Amino acid sequence: MTTLQLAVLHTRYQILETVRVPIAVIGNMMFPALAMFFFVVPQPEVAGDPTAATAAVGQLAMFAVMSTCMFTFGVGAAEDRALPFDPYVRTLPAGPAPRMIGRMLTGGFFALLGLIPLLLIGWLFTDATVTGTQFLAAAGVIIAVALPFLGLGIGIGYSMSAKAAIAVVQVILFPMAFAGGLFMPPEIFPGWLDAFSQALPSRAGRDLLVQAVTDQTAGAYAVPVLLGWGVLFTAFALWAYRRDEGRRFR
Amino acid sequence: MDATDQAVVVQATGVTRRFGSTVALDDVSLTVRQGELVGLLGPNGAGKTTLLSLVTGLRRPDSGEVRLFGGDPRRPENRAQLGTTPQETGLPATLTVGEVIDFVGGHYPAPMTRAEVLERFGLTDLARRQTGGLSGGQKRRLAVALAMVGRPRLVLLDEPTTGLDVEGRNVLWQALRDYHADGATVLLTSHYLQEIEALAERVVVIDRGTVLADDTLAAVIARVAMRRVTVTLPGAQAASVRALPGVVGVEQAEPGAPFQLLVADADELVRALVRSDLTFHDLEVRSASLEEAFLALTERSATEATR
Repeated sequence: MTTLQLAVLHTRYQILETVRVPIAVIGNMMFPALAMFFFVVPQPEVAGDPTAATAAVGQLAMFAVMSTCMFTFGVGAAEDRALPFDPYVRTLPAGPAPRMIGRMLTGGFFALLGLIPLLLIGWLFTDATVTGTQFLAAAGVIIAVALPFLGLGIGIGYSMSAKAAIAVVQVILFPMAFAGGLFMPPEIFPGWLDAFSQALPSRAGRDLLVQAVTDQTAGAYAVPVLLGWGVLFTAFALWAYRRDEGRRFR
Repeated sequence: MDATDQAVVVQATGVTRRFGSTVALDDVSLTVRQGELVGLLGPNGAGKTTLLSLVTGLRRPDSGEVRLFGGDPRRPENRAQLGTTPQETGLPATLTVGEVIDFVGGHYPAPMTRAEVLERFGLTDLARRQTGGLSGGQKRRLAVALAMVGRPRLVLLDEPTTGLDVEGRNVLWQALRDYHADGATVLLTSHYLQEIEALAERVVVIDRGTVLADDTLAAVIARVAMRRVTVTLPGAQAASVRALPGVVGVEQAEPGAPFQLLVADADELVRALVRSDLTFHDLEVRSASLEEAFLALTERSATEATR
């Protein structure tokens, strides 16, 4: 069995398991769409301005992807580790790669699915607009900016229990999203918050994504900041995965 | 068939595994050869599951070495001939029985077909049911079936029939015997002597992380099959009671209270009591539980060690 065959196998059954609980899929699709509908669409100065509206869609898309990475990989992996089926799967003749790839493809699939209603609302109810080239660039950027959060999610998921992971993900996700300018554009931030914000991976990802779809340019630090966090979170994920031997007994 | 001619399937050498301050396995060595049907017998918490988790590569020993088909069990390719079953019946609740079988089978080069697995384990009618809706016994049967889906040469089963009714247990026992008869090696754990008696040819008794006995089924049965005798012996000292023939363990709550004796041969003890000058009354004989037999074995090995 090659890693590719096994990765396809794991992806197929993980997607199957997820779609059997439709509310999980719908909930994932609803949050960014509802945020768009309630916080962006009613504000004519944002919704009516092509640049601001497009940036708002980009920000919420960034939030959706960040949230999926941290919930699917952080909380999801921690929950799976606590199930008796998980140590069983680890005894099957497959290394960690097929499960990890399966988890990434499944998470990616549902993250992209979650973007569809957001994009539809942006297209139908605001003046947000993208060219075909911008759309393709944004698709590439969103995958790249998701990677550091993937590492963070996996690190959390493999280093703590599910209950702790839910708390930690929420404590990290919302402040980081807010301070990264995903709910409110960073242009309205006070100077100190804007400076702090530039050091966050959420802000760097947001700036790069907004740059891909509008004429706003990201700061010179966005790429190095994102890379720096990416290296750190990847190291965290590897450390957590290696030390994990299923549930801990004391 | 001489087992020592066969290839070594599992080799544990001087394996120690601790969890914090608890020593789960203390310098354990075990060799299992192709075609053996070995029962790991021991009370809960004896270290059986820890030993299996080392063989399946789930955990690493703190010291010592575990080889599976001659290689490191933590490497996936060395597990290609290994089939296991989860101890708890934690199957993915939203997948159907058939899907779980296909998922597990997909990891092996030449798995049994879905139909064959369903047939062998009496699950044919349940193929389209989600595992979350199965009864405890049905889940257990599916869990054990999963160990054999990939036609592995070694099957490890942790407490395979815990929580099953008699009929379900017999179906599983027969399926295991059939699979072993096809040439596979089977290593199973149990804390039921009855289960080990029904299946195993060789028995390894394990308690508090050490191997107490490793012998043929008959030899081990003779060692652990003991009787518990309760008897009041006015005026007798514990030391003189201990000197009676066949007595392995002596307990007395307080002076004057009845003695609780663990004996290998109750008949012989009663004859000796009658012949001796000791006054006795309220004599009661019953089978010792496996737990009690284990305790006696540990005590005996401890006293033998200090001699």
